[in-house]
Amino acid sequence: MSIKEKEQEIIDEFAIYEDWMDKYEYIIELGKELPLIEEQYKTEDRLIKGCQSQVWLNAECIDNKMNFTADSDAIITKGIIALLIRVVNDESPEDVARSEFKFIKEIGLQEHLSPTRSNGLVSMVKDMKLNALKAVK
Amino acid sequence: MNIKAIRSQFPILEEKIHGKPLVYFDNGATTQKPLSVIQRVNDYYSKENANIHRGVHTLSQEATTAYENARNTIQEYLGAKQSHEILFTKGTTDSINLVAFSFGELLNADDEVIISAMEHHSNIVPWQMLCERKGCKLRVIPMNEKGELELDVYDTLLSEKTKLVAVTHISNALGTVNNVEHIIEKAHAVGAKVLIDGAQSIQHIKVNVQDLGCDFYAFSGHKLFGPTGIGVLYGKEEILNQMPPYQGGGDMIKEVTLEKTTYNELPHKFEAGTPNIAGGIGLGTAFEFLNSLNMEDVLKHEQELLNYATEELSKIEGIQFYGEAEEKTSVISFLIDGLHPYDVGTLLDKMGIAVRTGHHCTQPIMDQFGIPGTIRASFALYNTKEEIDLFIAALNRIIPILQD
Ligand SMILES: Cc1ncc(COP(=O)(O)O)c(C=O)c1O
Repeated sequence: MSIKEKEQEIIDEFAIYEDWMDKYEYIIELGKELPLIEEQYKTEDRLIKGCQSQVWLNAECIDNKMNFTADSDAIITKGIIALLIRVVNDESPEDVARSEFKFIKEIGLQEHLSPTRSNGLVSMVKDMKLNALKAVK
Repeated sequence: MNIKAIRSQFPILEEKIHGKPLVYFDNGATTQKPLSVIQRVNDYYSKENANIHRGVHTLSQEATTAYENARNTIQEYLGAKQSHEILFTKGTTDSINLVAFSFGELLNADDEVIISAMEHHSNIVPWQMLCERKGCKLRVIPMNEKGELELDVYDTLLSEKTKLVAVTHISNALGTVNNVEHIIEKAHAVGAKVLIDGAQSIQHIKVNVQDLGCDFYAFSGHKLFGPTGIGVLYGKEEILNQMPPYQGGGDMIKEVTLEKTTYNELPHKFEAGTPNIAGGIGLGTAFEFLNSLNMEDVLKHEQELLNYATEELSKIEGIQFYGEAEEKTSVISFLIDGLHPYDVGTLLDKMGIAVRTGHHCTQPIMDQFGIPGTIRASFALYNTKEEIDLFIAALNRIIPILQD
């Protein structure tokens, strides 16, 4: 599946939730299921400190495919990370570097990607793309 | 006190957030505005707008009068001796920076400034900058587990080297009401001046600066039902006269030649440039609103809210409170086992409830407790027990979702 298709899949999944709480319950479930970053990678240089929550991100590129693992101390932040990673994992660094994550706005979670939210996510997205750019051959 | 009548004066309380009635428990960050203040600012721009202190035309005269009347209203409310002891600033932060710069100019290396372990960053950083600039030393009054200042240690920090003590009247993160009378008395005994950060006070308790005896008192309009971008520094005339100006520009001068400038009198010496005229006038109206209240009734109502909320929250398993001082205002900082404040704050918002999460600009307090932040509910006079019930119900709905 391409990034576009995966984004559409998520938009469709979220379309069934009318109530905010249902939507968040789903995000929280995703957060709980997020495959965790290995403890050894939870280092200071992989830590993105937000005022409200913090994020660890590890990026690898194997066979021209990006692979991200991440974690956060806040579960909602983690759930959103799970969505972002689902979209870009296994994609080429070129495609990851170009992705804009517009689906986040469509499913009504744009506020979490606002710089003023200070939850570490904006910097994490930037770091994902930087890592992808570095991996572009 | 008729809470219904008070609530009806605050139009925003009718708003819906995500389709739910707004429950506003972030009053420590800023308070909502009564219609009288909103209307006054609106009227100023609709009918009276002109620059002040510099026009002979009618509108300028009227705007000047309104602005200066606001100063007089504030002076009377705070019990200051003179109206020119009330300086308009942008807010608490600006007021403290003014003192740190201008009073700071009178300090020398080896002089000492005392702050406390529970200060807002606004009452820490300006003093650190002053100490960098002048080579003075910063000393800190420690805080105990309950969030109270250790005043016996304070007494030992004071010496003839102490030139200024800057402490908060009420802690924004913990609600602690400090014994500022003691702090002021002891400081004066060694010849030091005292600045009180009153950002969290006037909206909850009646403040009289002459009774307190403080040398400076700083606060923000937006936290006491007034507009944003306006605040006050009260300073004793004698000390303000000794201090050099803070910023240079229009309004603060008597005479300017290209060689030399003589400065204007108080309060203008410290009010360079066109001020926040609408804000100042609106702040006057906010003080009129305070004047219409009986502050003892306000405090009683808020204490009831505090006690009720504390009692109800205590029933939640795994809750931990931060700030359990004997004397505290209507602020509750807490954490729930296994729950991150960001998650709680985000879900409460979806249910229409506004609380603050994070370190509340008081990182040293959080460091002392060994936590990154808290969830803070802070109540104002228009809040009700019914709103607290909604808050508790919302928490009880959220907790199982967030816990594993
Ligand atoms: C105790 C205290 N001091 C200072 C400030 C700073 O006020 P302002 O941001 O309005 O300048 C605040 C505001 O949060 C406060 O609570």
